Amino acid sequence: MPQVLKDNCVVNDDWITLEESSETLPSGDVLLSYDQWQGFSEQITRHDGSVGVIIDGNAEIEEIIEPLLKLPLIAINFPKFADGRGFSAARLLRERFNYTGEIRAVGGFIRDQLYLLSRCGFNAFKFADDTDLSESAKSLKDFSETYQVSVEQKNPLFRRR
Amino acid sequence: MYKYDNYDHKIVNERVEQFRDQTQRYLAGEIADEEFLPLRLQNGLYVQRLAPMLRIAVPYGMLSSRQVRKLAHISRVFDKGYVHITTRQNVQLNWPALEEVPDILAELAEVEMHAIQTSGNCIRNTTTDQFAGVAEDEIEDPRPWCELIRQWSTLHPEFAFLPRKFKIAVCGSTEDRAAFLLHDIGLQLVKNDNEELGFEVFVGGGLGRTPIIGSSIRKFLPKQHLLSYLDAIVRVYNRYGNRDNKYKARIKILVKAWTPEVFAQRVEAEWKHLKDGPSTLTNSEISRVKSFFPSPDYKDINGSESADKVAEIAADNIAFKRWLDRNTQPQKQSGYRSVTLSLKPAGVAPGDVTDKQLETIADLADRFSFGELRATHNQNIVLTDVIESDLMELWQQAKESALATPTIGTINDMICCPGGDYCSLANAKSIPVAEAIQRKFSDLDYVYDLGDLELNISGCMNACGHHHVGHIGILGVDKKGKEWYQIQLGGSASKNASLAKVLGPSLSRDQITDGIEKLLDVYVENRIADESFLSTYQRIGIEKFKERVYAPST
Ligand code: HEM
Ligand code: SF4
Repeated sequence: MPQVLKDNCVVNDDWITLEESSETLPSGDVLLSYDQWQGFSEQITRHDGSVGVIIDGNAEIEEIIEPLLKLPLIAINFPKFADGRGFSAARLLRERFNYTGEIRAVGGFIRDQLYLLSRCGFNAFKFADDTDLSESAKSLKDFSETYQVSVEQKNPLFRRR
Repeated sequence: MYKYDNYDHKIVNERVEQFRDQTQRYLAGEIADEEFLPLRLQNGLYVQRLAPMLRIAVPYGMLSSRQVRKLAHISRVFDKGYVHITTRQNVQLNWPALEEVPDILAELAEVEMHAIQTSGNCIRNTTTDQFAGVAEDEIEDPRPWCELIRQWSTLHPEFAFLPRKFKIAVCGSTEDRAAFLLHDIGLQLVKNDNEELGFEVFVGGGLGRTPIIGSSIRKFLPKQHLLSYLDAIVRVYNRYGNRDNKYKARIKILVKAWTPEVFAQRVEAEWKHLKDGPSTLTNSEISRVKSFFPSPDYKDINGSESADKVAEIAADNIAFKRWLDRNTQPQKQSGYRSVTLSLKPAGVAPGDVTDKQLETIADLADRFSFGELRATHNQNIVLTDVIESDLMELWQQAKESALATPTIGTINDMICCPGGDYCSLANAKSIPVAEAIQRKFSDLDYVYDLGDLELNISGCMNACGHHHVGHIGILGVDKKGKEWYQIQLGGSASKNASLAKVLGPSLSRDQITDGIEKLLDVYVENRIADESFLSTYQRIGIEKFKERVYAPST
């Protein structure tokens, strides 16, 4: 069973992802690309499992997000780890659109980004390679204090010191 | 000066441990090169031609004598006994060993210093006027605002992987000494009609391959909104800046493509959501940070009397007088002057300073300047708050340590990048060109007669040496594997910022000093009264200069 780092724990990952060309929707919990999610819109109404969607960090969040907010999982894809747009995307989901479901990092992000990603609202991490999840979880705790406002810290340090 | 509390210490110490762990994993082969790259860059570690280089942050240029002694110690133990002052008021080590960098960072942390975000595609050290707090034309001390920005930008969760590097400068005076119009964000402290403090916000300035002067996007931002507005700007940039082509990735390109008006609208739209949120600065926080920059314990001095006395001494000592005229300047506090310690003696790479000199500088700061000093973007050191009657003693001590070259603001006080001697991107060497110019123009009377002149040298179009904004700019170019130098004229990093124009075909290393001499001849022949080089150039245009430099030799 594939695994994912979620809420600080290594857990089994039941979400099924599909080939881009896939024409049918398998049963179970499916994690779809945004295009697939649009393509399967009709089947989804009759689907027996949960549905999650993967969006890109550069998505026009404001324009597409409304119908996604009721999903239990939104994954944000990092085309490469140096592409920081996903950080802003996650904060928008949490802080502007008050999304409370799972926000999962997928794609090319790296272990050493976990701390910052989690501050931006990501609570699940699915590495593209075989990165050791329990080792990586240590990076979530790189810092115990921060200056700025972020998703897990509503008050900047200057309001607390 | 700002003092760390337990929170600041904790954050910086945890950063050291994080990087120590990353370095160990890298050396153990657990982190790939391309993944380690941004991690080390964000801790100031470059790998260059000969060795790694470590850039240490000097927030807005302020240093205490204790920190300077630590830098001297580090340069001795971990490096070759000298450091380099950069054009962004930072300090650079040229030869540290990667394995030792975590230890260097730990030593720095002991004296409240770090190398966080001194490189990489993130928010860099915020810079300002080296005369902050003492400048006669100051509207408001910029340093508390720089410190607030330092804290806001340090390990900002959202902005560690921007499209490209991001630099902020704050100007608190009428004259600009921070080149703030050439920064990604330039903040000018202003007061509105009700005497309330705020910022005029400029974005999209920068040098590099595509030099652009920043555009104003907001005339007045009330001070308490500073951080949320910065969040809005950087978020818009993070989301929409170009990530496909690194030469088009700076915010200036986005601002230009959208136009400053549209960019401003996008920022305002984003800001609507952030305004008045928890990042809004509180009066108590503003006062807390301001309290770290108190006026030192000035004595009540009769300014005109003490100035007369110094002038009297200077009248009998020409060498002292030269130094007094060029390397010191008045402050708003009467009876006190600010002194620039020159790091530009001929034969030393501009901005380089040895461990011994650093220790002398620390001693001088303790003796004359309340234990503080500043690194300048012109790659010198400033001691403020020197009692006028102490100037003679200070001068004598500075002179002994080769820190009193009396050429501040002249052609020999050039800004110069590391160039081909150190930098792997260089097209040409720059340090030997600086030296050749200093040797050629060693007659001080001639140099003073030329007056204020900014000469800036970069070894390639990345423009680390600010050649676009030199009155005379020199740019190293590569022609069929040979080093050549293009001359540019008429740049300025002042409030009336302008970008220099190319004079003509580039010159070889042998021709460059003669070329400069011809430019200076044209200036001397054409100037009216005490007109500066820049003003003369602006009045007569580039043609006369061009004719002379490229005239066939007879
Ligand atoms: C030797 C190692 C160095 C390398 C490889 C390097 C590389 C670069 C590059 C690639 C740029 C252009 C960035 C861009 O336009 O996006 C740049 C700009 C710049 N660098 Fe350096 N640099 C080095 C050392 C320095 C030093 C020692 C200083 C200070 C003396 C410095 C100051 C600057 C400044 C002020 C800019 C222009 C900022 C702007 O583009 O607005 N650099 N550097
Ligand atoms: S201007 Fe070019 S040569 Fe000079 S330091 Fe920058 S990158 Fe290197």
